Amino acid sequence: MAEIKADETVDVTHLVCPNTFVKAKVVLDELDEGQILAVRLNDGEPAQNVPRSLKEEGHQILSLDENGDGTYTLYVKKVGD
Amino acid sequence: MALTDEQIERYSRHILLKEVGSKGQKKLLEAKVVIIGAGGLGCPVGLYLAAAGVGTIGVADADVVDLSNLQRQVAHTTADLGKPKVESLKESIQAINPDVKVNTYQEFIDSSNIRQIIRDYDFVIDGTDNFAAKFLINDACVMEKKPFCHAGILRFNGQLMTYIPGQGPCYRCVFKEMPPKDAIPTCRQAGVIGAMAGVIGCLQAMEAVKFITGAGKLLVGELQTYDGLNNVFRKVKLPPCNGKCAVCGDNPTITELVDYEQPTCELKH
Repeated sequence: MAEIKADETVDVTHLVCPNTFVKAKVVLDELDEGQILAVRLNDGEPAQNVPRSLKEEGHQILSLDENGDGTYTLYVKKVGD
Repeated sequence: MALTDEQIERYSRHILLKEVGSKGQKKLLEAKVVIIGAGGLGCPVGLYLAAAGVGTIGVADADVVDLSNLQRQVAHTTADLGKPKVESLKESIQAINPDVKVNTYQEFIDSSNIRQIIRDYDFVIDGTDNFAAKFLINDACVMEKKPFCHAGILRFNGQLMTYIPGQGPCYRCVFKEMPPKDAIPTCRQAGVIGAMAGVIGCLQAMEAVKFITGAGKLLVGELQTYDGLNNVFRKVKLPPCNGKCAVCGDNPTITELVDYEQPTCELKH
């Protein structure tokens, strides 16, 4: 898959659920429709919950890439205002 | 204005809501609400709006905390007896959320000062306990084009409605004029269950939050009633303003505020 270029990045590896999603959502709220956010998150609960919650809000999950250090990078495209 | 990490955590349960989000939370932080009456209704409204992060809260009340208030006025404590209610509520608000700016008005609200006070705010809460004040608040809000939420509680019953200028009937469209003296008993004469103030006050706080964030539907053109003894919530559809209302109609006869006489038993000195 071609490299995805993010418009904004946020690291939520220092947070626990639901604040991981809350922080990602706050940053995403500031973006324009169609822009892409890269979220760095921990394996386990965050990697499961954050993509699911963003999807429930109508955003488009592009990919969830393993970084090899126990963290993932989630690419999400903002849908709607 | 960007939310700080502390604000993101404090308001995370709001931000999680699709209907609020960080945009709605920012609106709350920038909003100004004035609560007239720091009693049974005003206390829960003040506490919940403070917790919600409403940036500026005005509190108007001339009274001091009395022992008989504590059965329902939950922002005041036994240690507050004799203290002005506006000070006591301000302390409770700031203990919950130090970010909230509180403006206090320790005075009787009447025709001489109400318009000036509400002018600075986005939304008005009627937390008063008498008809004179309720008609005064309604008429002042119509004249100043301010949205407000009316509520009243008595015994095991409560009611509320919201007025938005140009969108629905005002309190006077529905209730016309002051009831005859002694036709309706006051809380002081008839009693009121403490939790009723909490139920109805929280519904008023809900109206304010929905107005500020734009979430959901307001009680415009509808009167919500609650019968606590029988657990019945009802919504009564109100007729739209027919243009003949004395204050919000096409040719209003009330163009200046008037102070109605309050039954003497309601005034405590």
